[in-house]
Amino acid sequence: MNDVSQSLSDYEQAARQQETRRNWLLCTPALVVLVLAASGPLLVMLFYSFLKSGNYGGVIYEFSLDGWFNVILVRDIFDDVLRFADAHLSVFWRSIKLSAMTTITCVIIGFPTAYFIATRPRRSRNFWLFLITIPFWTNLLIRTFAILELIRNNGVINNLLMDLWLIDEPIQIMYTDTAIMIGMTYVYLPLMILPLYASMEKLDFQLVEAAYDLYATRIRVLRRVIIPLIKPGIVAGSILVFIPSLGAFVTPRVLGGGKNLMLGNLIQLQFDQGQNWPLGAALSITLLAIVMVTLLVYVRYSQRSGGQDG
Amino acid sequence: MANLHAAPVNKGKLFSIYKLPGFTFIAVACFLMLYAPILILVGYSFNSGSSLALWEGLSLRWYFAAWENETVQGATLLSLVIALQAALYSTVLATMAALGTTRTRPFRGQTAIYTMINQPLMVPEIVTAVALLIVFATIKQATGYQGLGFLVIAHTAFCIPFAYLPIRARLEDMDTSLETAAADLYATPWRSFRRVTLPLLWPGILAGAMLAFVISLDDVVITEFVKSAGQDTLPTYMLGQLRRVITPEMNAIASALLAVSVLLVSLIFLINRKKT
Amino acid sequence: MADPVAISVNQVSKKFGHGKDAFFALEQVSVDIRENEFFTLLGPSGCGKTTLLRLIAGFEHPTTGHIQLRGEEISHLPPFKRPVNTVFQNYALFPHLTVAENIGFGLEMQDKPAAEIDSTVAEMLQLVQMESLRDRRTDQISGGQQQRVALARALAPHPRVLLLDEPLSALDYKLRKGMQIELKRMQLETGITFIFVTHDQEEALTMSDRIAVMNKGRILQIGSPTDIYDRPSHRFVADFIGDTNFLDGELIEANSEGAVVRLSSGKTVKTGPTDAAANTPVSITVRPEQAVLIEDLDAADLQGTVTNVMYSGTDSHFHIELTSKEEFVAKVQNAGPARRDWQTGQTVGIKFHSHVLQVVSD
Ligand SMILES: Nc1ncnc2c1ncn2[C@@H]1O[C@H](COP(=O)(O)OP(=O)(O)OP(=O)(O)O)[C@@H](O)[C@H]1O
Ligand SMILES: [Mg+2]
Repeated sequence: MNDVSQSLSDYEQAARQQETRRNWLLCTPALVVLVLAASGPLLVMLFYSFLKSGNYGGVIYEFSLDGWFNVILVRDIFDDVLRFADAHLSVFWRSIKLSAMTTITCVIIGFPTAYFIATRPRRSRNFWLFLITIPFWTNLLIRTFAILELIRNNGVINNLLMDLWLIDEPIQIMYTDTAIMIGMTYVYLPLMILPLYASMEKLDFQLVEAAYDLYATRIRVLRRVIIPLIKPGIVAGSILVFIPSLGAFVTPRVLGGGKNLMLGNLIQLQFDQGQNWPLGAALSITLLAIVMVTLLVYVRYSQRSGGQDG
Repeated sequence: MANLHAAPVNKGKLFSIYKLPGFTFIAVACFLMLYAPILILVGYSFNSGSSLALWEGLSLRWYFAAWENETVQGATLLSLVIALQAALYSTVLATMAALGTTRTRPFRGQTAIYTMINQPLMVPEIVTAVALLIVFATIKQATGYQGLGFLVIAHTAFCIPFAYLPIRARLEDMDTSLETAAADLYATPWRSFRRVTLPLLWPGILAGAMLAFVISLDDVVITEFVKSAGQDTLPTYMLGQLRRVITPEMNAIASALLAVSVLLVSLIFLINRKKT
Repeated sequence: MADPVAISVNQVSKKFGHGKDAFFALEQVSVDIRENEFFTLLGPSGCGKTTLLRLIAGFEHPTTGHIQLRGEEISHLPPFKRPVNTVFQNYALFPHLTVAENIGFGLEMQDKPAAEIDSTVAEMLQLVQMESLRDRRTDQISGGQQQRVALARALAPHPRVLLLDEPLSALDYKLRKGMQIELKRMQLETGITFIFVTHDQEEALTMSDRIAVMNKGRILQIGSPTDIYDRPSHRFVADFIGDTNFLDGELIEANSEGAVVRLSSGKTVKTGPTDAAANTPVSITVRPEQAVLIEDLDAADLQGTVTNVMYSGTDSHFHIELTSKEEFVAKVQNAGPARRDWQTGQTVGIKFHSHVLQVVSD
């Protein structure tokens, strides 16, 4: 390389640096707001989880690991013995159980629905997709409220059943785990259908034809051809349903009442009646950590399986 | 194939490779399940009786009741004020960020920027809400300022990724050759942006702003944690009411809010479709 | 006699990528393009034609070298400060503006008064015969019409130089023929220097004042269409433009008038001038239609056996295996006076007129 080309590639270097600077300048305002009201507070919260709880909310600026201990342990007031915090553990368990059940229910309902949409004529597919998208973008609280109206003791379903003399007294669905699960399935179902549809749309039906040609029955075609090919979509949809279910707050609060807490409600309690900010912070970070690990596993999975699925 | 068609076969019994047992049934049931609760809710909002369960006739009684309820009026106003501001700010910020991250060669820090912008989508809302509560409560205590600023900046932040999405998609579809042509025809970068880029990007910006507006209008969790006393928006007002007695007025409010969302989302859908 | 130089490209190289991905799209390219000239860049796909245009327009900057416009250095000016306009390969018409607004865009950006813009736009619409479509959106007109609008838009600011990157490649055959004539007419009418890119050799030969043949980032030969066709300097040029034969030979002597080469048959022939050194092996090229087939083997420069005869309407092609085992194709006009009843297996002599042979370098 001679001197001239060296100096002129400096010129290009400068142009490139200028472009990078321009890009960063354009992004800076958004980043400032995001640091102020999204990522920055997360760091502050991490810091708060290592402080001592104030008596009436807030914190005392002293280092303490109590917040983190209290996530799974309690110190008995009388004999000072450490025990597992059964109440917390049961909330963790309920959150994971309900989220998993919600995810599975969503797969069971969402898979045939996505398949149905994907096998419509090309022109009408957009319409069916639109029907899925609409609930996706409408208020989660309102959709939860709609379920509440349906399953309340004197709600639509119970009234109907009683009017038909099928039952004598209302079935108690509200304030149970079932109610939470019905609600979460209802509000998160579109999150399952959309990615499922995305990967089904790419399904090559010649493969299905080939399978039938080779004497496969419908069930076998489903099990041996369609499901394996749609797997990336199933995984993506499951992640998209599982993660918000795990952090759900509104749905369990409205449908689960005061006793059937999920993680989100337990966290909220620490800032409400419990007034234990460090514990609330530690619980939040635990939730965040579970979510991040799930996402990371998913990213690994999708990279390994070729990454053809966005 | 030819043989199949030669014999008169009952059309319904023809083998279709697309059919799977029970799938259509579940799918139809699924669509019914998705829409029935909403439709029942909307239906009962027009009920003239004061019971939630008994249908007593058509009326707009509960809409008037909600309209005249001063708390609801205040909450509506606040919701709109916050959503409009959040939509405006987040759209401006997202447009700039989209211009800085698309149609460029990969640059140092690009992934970090993406992660930052998408963070509100990945972190559970309750976690962000609690983190904001901690920080803002401390600031509120220290400064004594309790105004709307906290809600506006919080909403702006989580609306950014939603506004960013359609703007970026639109930009990526736009050929840089048009800007190149503008530069060739003596347009300075700024004039090329005003005369070429912005008009072409406009549908994306509009969609982004509407999406941000809907998202802000619908937010419950973050608002619930960030708001100061007396700063109820419609959704947080509803959340509070749902724990107490539920009146049909709720149905009316919910239906109205629903109508706004559906309208805007349909518009976004149309804007995006016209493009292709 | 020759017009002054409009664009001077001097020792320009353009490197893309860096490190081990580095790749030179242009290497040491030098060319002077004159005022009022219809100048064509001709070469295969990927040879760097577009890159050279983009450097002249200012969309890219040279890695080394200089570009001058009428003697003024412009290689580091941004495109909007260069009096050079481009007709893009995909037209790049602004979809949100009307035909008239597109054509007026350059003038608007130059802050010309509205009246002047209006009159120039009207003039341009007339030039490209699009008056009736002035208020149409550009996505509501046909490909050929878009092409005209792109042309009018680039001509409206009266640039010193117009760059056209394969402007006709998207048009169908008939439309292309028509536009070729129109382009030529407009160039003559406006007196603007056209730098025209194509990989269609026929288009280049019919339209250009001068042609630069490019390959792999280099300009191999610059000359008039007849120069390029009749006196190719490189094997690539001869091969790329038209059909040709290559023969091995040995250069005996050369001067500015011409050269003498001994063929594989032992006979010596005269060729056009060459820079090659005497007593070195050289390649010679000769077009199929420039060989004469004769019976008299003693008078012939070469001889061989006819292996195949192909009739193609206007011509007959005779494939001949020379005694040196080289392949040779001769083309004889079917309507012409020359004898053409040669049969497969027959031995024929091949005779060349003086100076139809050219020594080419590799
Ligand atoms: N921005 C770029 N980055 C990297 N390589 C490039 C870039 N632009 C062009 N090249 C490479 O430079 C070479 C020359 O490209 P150029 O577009 O000038 O070819 P061309 O002669 O116009 O070909 P065509 O007839 O196909 O249009 C090609 O190999 C191309 O891949
Ligand atoms: Mg090109």
